[in-house]
Amino acid sequence: MLDIDPRTSILDALRNHIGLTGTKKGCDHGQCGACTVLVNGRRINSCLTLAVMHDEDAITTIEGLGEPDHLSPLQAAFVRHDGFQCGYCTSGQICSATAMLDELQQGWPSHVSADLEAAPDPTDAEISERMSGNLCRCAAYPNIVDAIREVAGGGK
Amino acid sequence: MSSEFVMDAPDPRNLLDHMAQDLTGAPLDRPEGPLKVSGRATYAHEYRLGNCAYGVLVRATIAKGTLTALGDEAVRGLPGILGVFSDDRFLRNPAQGTADKAPVQGAQTIAYLGQPVALVVADSFEQARHAAQSLALRYAPDADGVFDPESDAANIERPDAKQRDQGDFDRAFADAHATVDSTYTTPAQNSAAMEPHASVAAWDGDRLTLWGGYQMLKYNRNELADSLGIDAENVRILAPYVGGGFGSKLGISPEAVAAAIAAREIGRPVKVAMSRQQVFEATMRRSETRQRVRLAADAQGRLTGIAHEYRVSNLPDESFSEPVGQATHFLYGGENRRIVHEIARVNRTCAGSMRAPGEAVGMLALENAMDELAEQLGIDPIELRKRNLPERHPEQDIPYSSRMLAQCLDEGARRFGWDKRSTKPGTTRDGEWLIGMGVSSAARKNITSQAEARVTLTTDGDAVVETDMTDIGTGTYAVLGQIAGDMLGLPRDRVRVMLGDTDLPPGPGSGGSWGASSSGSAVLEACAVLRRQLADRLGLVADGLVLRDGDIILDNRRIPLRDAMGAGPLEAVGIFKPGKTSQDYAQAAYGAFFAEVGVSSITGEVRVRRMLGTFAAGRILNAKTARSQCIGGMTFGIGAALTEELVHDLRDGHIVNHDLAEYHLPVNLDVPQIEVHFLEERDDQACPLQSKGIGELGISGAGAAITNAIAHATGARIRTYPATLDKLLAVME
Ligand code: FES
Ligand code: FES
Repeated sequence: MLDIDPRTSILDALRNHIGLTGTKKGCDHGQCGACTVLVNGRRINSCLTLAVMHDEDAITTIEGLGEPDHLSPLQAAFVRHDGFQCGYCTSGQICSATAMLDELQQGWPSHVSADLEAAPDPTDAEISERMSGNLCRCAAYPNIVDAIREVAGGGK
Repeated sequence: MSSEFVMDAPDPRNLLDHMAQDLTGAPLDRPEGPLKVSGRATYAHEYRLGNCAYGVLVRATIAKGTLTALGDEAVRGLPGILGVFSDDRFLRNPAQGTADKAPVQGAQTIAYLGQPVALVVADSFEQARHAAQSLALRYAPDADGVFDPESDAANIERPDAKQRDQGDFDRAFADAHATVDSTYTTPAQNSAAMEPHASVAAWDGDRLTLWGGYQMLKYNRNELADSLGIDAENVRILAPYVGGGFGSKLGISPEAVAAAIAAREIGRPVKVAMSRQQVFEATMRRSETRQRVRLAADAQGRLTGIAHEYRVSNLPDESFSEPVGQATHFLYGGENRRIVHEIARVNRTCAGSMRAPGEAVGMLALENAMDELAEQLGIDPIELRKRNLPERHPEQDIPYSSRMLAQCLDEGARRFGWDKRSTKPGTTRDGEWLIGMGVSSAARKNITSQAEARVTLTTDGDAVVETDMTDIGTGTYAVLGQIAGDMLGLPRDRVRVMLGDTDLPPGPGSGGSWGASSSGSAVLEACAVLRRQLADRLGLVADGLVLRDGDIILDNRRIPLRDAMGAGPLEAVGIFKPGKTSQDYAQAAYGAFFAEVGVSSITGEVRVRRMLGTFAAGRILNAKTARSQCIGGMTFGIGAALTEELVHDLRDGHIVNHDLAEYHLPVNLDVPQIEVHFLEERDDQACPLQSKGIGELGISGAGAAITNAIAHATGARIRTYPATLDKLLAVME
């Protein structure tokens, strides 16, 4: 049970109160995606929502997806493809990609989908579009796409 | 023991090519990767100290004047508030890279809008933020602020040392067969590293420990100590992981000094992270530039004269000014040369180094001008560039250390399919999209810097590398381990690399692309000593020592290295110092950029369809991390060409778009699957590793390939960066 100031975002609750610092703060305004976590399996910017609004929710952070010697397939693919440099956006990228692959699987269309009815393929354009809410100033984007494509089993 | 290597003459030993482990250059994963992808790597703000308080910086809301009162009456009584601090020691401007001493201090005097003037400290972040927003700051404003570098009121300086006048440029220009006279502007920019600047300060008696996101710890320690008026011996800075820098974390910044002052005062550790808006307003910006480039050429396109005259800006009293003409000095020939470097003094956020200061913006103009000349003369842009590569440095008359620019241009052209480019601009279409291809040279001055590293061979026969050098995403953990592994014949996982702690031997810091070559050379030197010590121990000659996979290989047997360590661990400190080769040879890394763009004939939107870079930067230390560095640089080039622009309000100098929604970094969909290729090269004049800097090479000219492609697609040239759709719509037919 967490006794918390009602002004505290999920992001600050994780970082400052619970000690889970894997989730990063890049802007605190929903503009960068560094703080992406999964709430009941869906990706959200954790800086944009207050902790007190999520009393019963299941929140998964990067720490919950894998550990250094038991990485999730996406985490391992990020290492292999050098899908990061400084690593600061990386937790958000991987949480985001984890949920994004689910969205793809469920057939959600995106801005670049040619057909809104057909099941979307994990093409580079679909991956890039769906990952464009996660900024990476080191600009590992091509490597991030390579890593996600490999896990999604997509072709270029 | 310690050993010093001074780079006074070329080092042809080429040691790394004679080792048996074959690690250096290999595309190995980053050893810290698993920590980063699982959220376990700890960045500055994330150290958990007991009883830690939170500080929030408060910004000036006027552009120039004096702070007369904090207006904190209503705040002081709030629950959880521990203090409001504002002090003569607070930093007015962040420190420039390698300053090594306190920057301009004093929070009371306000020199730009957004300058930090106070720190509010509370038990919780939420309460500190609330109080910071509730202060009723009072000022005595000055009316004489200057906010526009082009205004008549701006004081303009032309420092002698930064000008160049060689031959008779005016005559060459008047006599030329072909000329270009174009003026380009580039806007101010922000590094926008994803980790906002943050510091945690904790005192133990007179000793300060600071966990901070910084690039150059040995300098930062002196800057922090000097700002606080204490002995540097009493300051320790830790930065094992840094969430990007790109120049913005070269020098100590306001949050570190404020955190240290408050922590001392309240007797508790204090954490201060800048908000994203504060990063934009109170760290470093890259200066905007106005650049006039004039080229004079003969009928074959050979340059007879080149003039690059530009204006940049900074706050009064700041020593740094964007060295826009840096590549112009050495890249192309032409007898008659003029460089005019002007600095306008303005009340805007401090200007400092951002990735490749100089080349990043100077080459946009120079490489556009070269394209304009090529088009005018009907010469292929690659051919024109190749015709203008001088034998020797055109101003200093010294040889180049190594320069594979022509090969990079040719190799890139072949891989990119340059032969399919139509010779007539504005003639290739794909539906609504006008398609164009562009090229640009890449060039970035090579610099090295003094570095120390300690390497220990443990009794287990493993190695530990230690230095206060940082890894800001640059791959330091990877490459230092590869070099040590090669020299000591150890698999990569038997070398541990410890970085980012001023208690360790001082490194050069991450900046100017000098980190890997300088620190790596120090590691190489330490390992060379260890090899001699080991050989002595075994009664062998160091030169003939073969070490591989943790074994000492003798004629027909292998002895585990561990067995030789029974007499105790071996330790050596290697010191690398730049020497005469930096003056005797013109050193730079080179490459070529190729871009294919589509420009919408309906909206003017530009999409980069393909982008490729070929680079020659001496020995590549890790093909995977080096490639990533180049992709990163080229993406900065996409941003510079198309989207990035800090907008200053000309009435008070404030930054209008001080966040990531309004300052447009390239996002994933803006960046194609960039291709990077390295050409094999060794440079024995650069350093004992035979490597040159690569962190900034990928940006140096990249944006010009895109704008040259836009000109090829549309037949219209945008000279006001970035090339946004409004500008394109206005000039397209
Ligand atoms: S920190 Fe939440 S989106 Fe940037
Ligand atoms: S890895 Fe540095 S911002 Fe993405």
